[in-house]
Amino acid sequence: MANLLLLFVLLINFYTLGSARLVACIRAVALQGALLALLPLAIHGPTGHALLLGVGALLFKGIFIPLLLLRTIREVRIRRDVEPFIGFVPTLILGLLVTAGAFIFADFLPLAHEHHEGLFVPTALATMFCGFLMLITRRKAITQVLGYLMLENGIFVFAVLLSAAMPLMVEAGILLDLLVGVFVMGIVLNQISREFSSLNTERLTALKE
Amino acid sequence: MIGRIALQLAVLLIFAPLPLGVINKTKALFAGRIGPPVLQPYYDLARLWRKGFVISRTTTWVFLAGPVVGLVVPLLAALLLPFGGLPAPISFSGDLILFVYLFGLSRFFTAVAALDTGSSFEGMGAAREVTFSCLAEPTLLFALLVLARGAKSLNLGALFGPQLAGQWQGDASASLGLILVCLFVVLLVENSRIPFDDPNTHLELTMVHEVMVLDHSGPALGMVLYGATMKLMVMSALLVGIALPLRTGSLLLDLLVFLAGILSLAVLIGVVESTMARLQLPRVPQVLVGTTLLSIFALVLVLR
Amino acid sequence: MLLFLILFPLVGAGIALILPWYQGRSWLLPLCAGLHLLLACLILLDPGPLGPWLGLDALSRLVLIVTSLLYLGCAVYAVGYLNQRRDRGNKVIVPCLLIFLAAMTLAISARHLGLLWMAVEATTISSAPLIYYNRNRLSIEATWKYLLLCSVGIGLAMLGMLFIAYAALVGGVTPVSLQFDSLLNSATLLSTPWLHGGFVFLLVGFGTKMGLAPLHSWKPDAYGEAPGMVGALLAGGLTSVAFLAILRAVQLMTAAGDGDMARQALLGMGLLSMLVAGIFMVRQPDIKRLLAYSSVEHMGILAIGVGIGGLATFGAMLHLVNNALTKGCLFLSAGNIQRAYDSKKLAKVHGAIATLPISGSVFLAGFLAITGSPPFGPFMSEFTILRGIFGSGHLWIGLLVLFMLAVVFIGMGATALTATQGEAVQLETDFKDSFLLVISPIVFLLIILVLGVYLPEPLQRALREAANLLEVTP
Repeated sequence: MANLLLLFVLLINFYTLGSARLVACIRAVALQGALLALLPLAIHGPTGHALLLGVGALLFKGIFIPLLLLRTIREVRIRRDVEPFIGFVPTLILGLLVTAGAFIFADFLPLAHEHHEGLFVPTALATMFCGFLMLITRRKAITQVLGYLMLENGIFVFAVLLSAAMPLMVEAGILLDLLVGVFVMGIVLNQISREFSSLNTERLTALKE
Repeated sequence: MIGRIALQLAVLLIFAPLPLGVINKTKALFAGRIGPPVLQPYYDLARLWRKGFVISRTTTWVFLAGPVVGLVVPLLAALLLPFGGLPAPISFSGDLILFVYLFGLSRFFTAVAALDTGSSFEGMGAAREVTFSCLAEPTLLFALLVLARGAKSLNLGALFGPQLAGQWQGDASASLGLILVCLFVVLLVENSRIPFDDPNTHLELTMVHEVMVLDHSGPALGMVLYGATMKLMVMSALLVGIALPLRTGSLLLDLLVFLAGILSLAVLIGVVESTMARLQLPRVPQVLVGTTLLSIFALVLVLR
Repeated sequence: MLLFLILFPLVGAGIALILPWYQGRSWLLPLCAGLHLLLACLILLDPGPLGPWLGLDALSRLVLIVTSLLYLGCAVYAVGYLNQRRDRGNKVIVPCLLIFLAAMTLAISARHLGLLWMAVEATTISSAPLIYYNRNRLSIEATWKYLLLCSVGIGLAMLGMLFIAYAALVGGVTPVSLQFDSLLNSATLLSTPWLHGGFVFLLVGFGTKMGLAPLHSWKPDAYGEAPGMVGALLAGGLTSVAFLAILRAVQLMTAAGDGDMARQALLGMGLLSMLVAGIFMVRQPDIKRLLAYSSVEHMGILAIGVGIGGLATFGAMLHLVNNALTKGCLFLSAGNIQRAYDSKKLAKVHGAIATLPISGSVFLAGFLAITGSPPFGPFMSEFTILRGIFGSGHLWIGLLVLFMLAVVFIGMGATALTATQGEAVQLETDFKDSFLLVISPIVFLLIILVLGVYLPEPLQRALREAANLLEVTP
């Protein structure tokens, strides 16, 4: 069950890397967050900690954050992304190379015995790299926010392995931070679009030296 | 041996036009029409066989070679593939490569026959069709490689052996699921269905496969149609073989399950055709590269 | 008591949101800041034991008192500043500043790494609207870069923490926890490759927040476009908090016996920071960006100090104090100059001493202080660090540091002298050096002057305790 969820997470990575429709990308990252919310339940069973964490993550990552982002793009009135710096198809190929690399690299890491053959560590690494890829190669500010969310999703996968180390309060705090962070980013995005009439970050190059 | 070949070919020849009828009926029902009867392709074939040839003066023997090769190749390919409980009559190591490239051969002859007419529309359609198939080819090969890795053999018949059921329940199930999706996309591309090509369009500028066979008539057109239905059936057999690795032991029951699988796949194709719109032409290479990457990913998963 | 210290600024923020009185909101800032400093001093007299979540060890105590003092100065300045900027309003900036104070205090007193992460991320989020106060194109750009870079950096820091927890898992430590004291106790059991990986990511993540090169690219933009007091708080307070977070990682590595690797990494990044800062400070036409690069340089000096170890660590702790207060003084006076000239570029700013006697001279004195001229405090701390470097035999590093300090002095001097010297200019704005706007920079300058001549005994003890905390080996 956990492996199936992780597989879907990886597929969503590819989908988001290759898609130009912003609403689809936002929904995909939201779905990724929601699937990851089910992950602690799939591994540790319905304990109180896992249940609260799952419900919290589902609410925040699956509902509130996408709502914020959808509202932002509605106010900013853009629906499509432009061609990334290296093109969609090369981005997808890079994403695949990075995923394959993550699988190979995870086999070299000195993991704890029970994590060796699983999909957890490769998925975490692959999602983080794909998030980075989106952050770096996309031009519109809002897809950069989506890249950041994907990066956080990847880190979350790794954190699920260590849920003993992360008490509930800290996890709740992290989710809250993420929500407020995206909220502030949404406000800044709004201001960017109002000033520059576009969310293209290539316009944000006035400050140099 | 002869008996097995004959039985395999009989199943193919008799049942091949049926999936096409089912697809058309599904599309009609989705559109709220009653649509043509499910056995309509049989009547079409019978009608076309009775008509005469009309052959353009600019063509040569190549023009007629296209439909003939298009008819023969699916027959040969079917001999390499197990149909339900029937094992593949002809089987040797490496025959999965022959399987893929037999279809390449038929595509080559269809394209050359199209170019032979000297018409610009047909040349355009040939170019597009060949490009799409080029991009779909790696997907097909990688998907077959995933199966070959599981069966540890390059024999097409062995890929559908008893180990397949075990793989579905084990950890290769994710890869198998992924390659099923990829093979379905390849099925749609190779048989020129929506979202890659519209089989019902009458505008030559939008045709990809239909325009290549525009100039054929009478029995030649009948051969083209029959060949196309047999190609659809053979490729569906590949998919159904992966999706339904059941073996009850009774030949008749296995065959019935197999045919039920083929017909449900035909219904699925009909549903996909009714619910999706045709993709923009520049998007098709992107989608095909995406499926290639998916199948490579499935291979990576299985190689761990 | 500590919990109250962290939470009451949030109450203040809530009051500021609902209070309809403009001046009242502004005065809320020094009120809360004064209460914060008072409570901090009371707590320092009797720190209490280190709890599982919150606690103040020697390092935290030092950073807390410095941050609190800096915040009070900036809060007093803020009243005068906000009075001048009524057009922009203070409904957003005051609550954000108070939340920023609460987040910084939480980060300083956190004993659980997850809580530390939360608090540092909260400081990023609460300081973004502060940078955006001026609401023009350049500040939007600066805010966006700051927000994205720092959030990604802190995400990497979280990964580093998870690696450290994994090190505990692989090392067989039960229960696996990110509670800092339990990590220190079981440091020798932690799996080495995961610990190293975690340290690297923590260094990169919190180094982004601190502004060490090559992760400093947001600093010139953010400090350049933010209002003066925000720049002071970021340069003096937030960097100290981020440095504290990095020092926790160094503490852990030292307790695990791998302190050398940690120190070398810090040394490398510190030298790179000084180099980059020196290069960009030469011919810098913007006085606030100049100060931002100066901040990068001093973060480099701090990193070098801890990287060398021994006496240099003591010097680095002293430098933490000196740097924070001097940056406060510089940014506040630069803010005054910018308000007066309505520009921060050298094209329009010259003759500051003649036009604005107090702010201009304070700026010049601050420049002399930050570049390490005696009799100011930074001279003492940099001298101590250099003594430590040469004393431990790193001849070439010491010479390089001296060379970079000279380059920085020349580069910064060219800009600062051009800005301050010259004849009086007829100002287009009606800005005057009011009491509230200059008292804080002057007080900071006086403190720095005192520290340069005489180091009081309690402060010496506190610095030594803090330095010793970093040297604890298994």
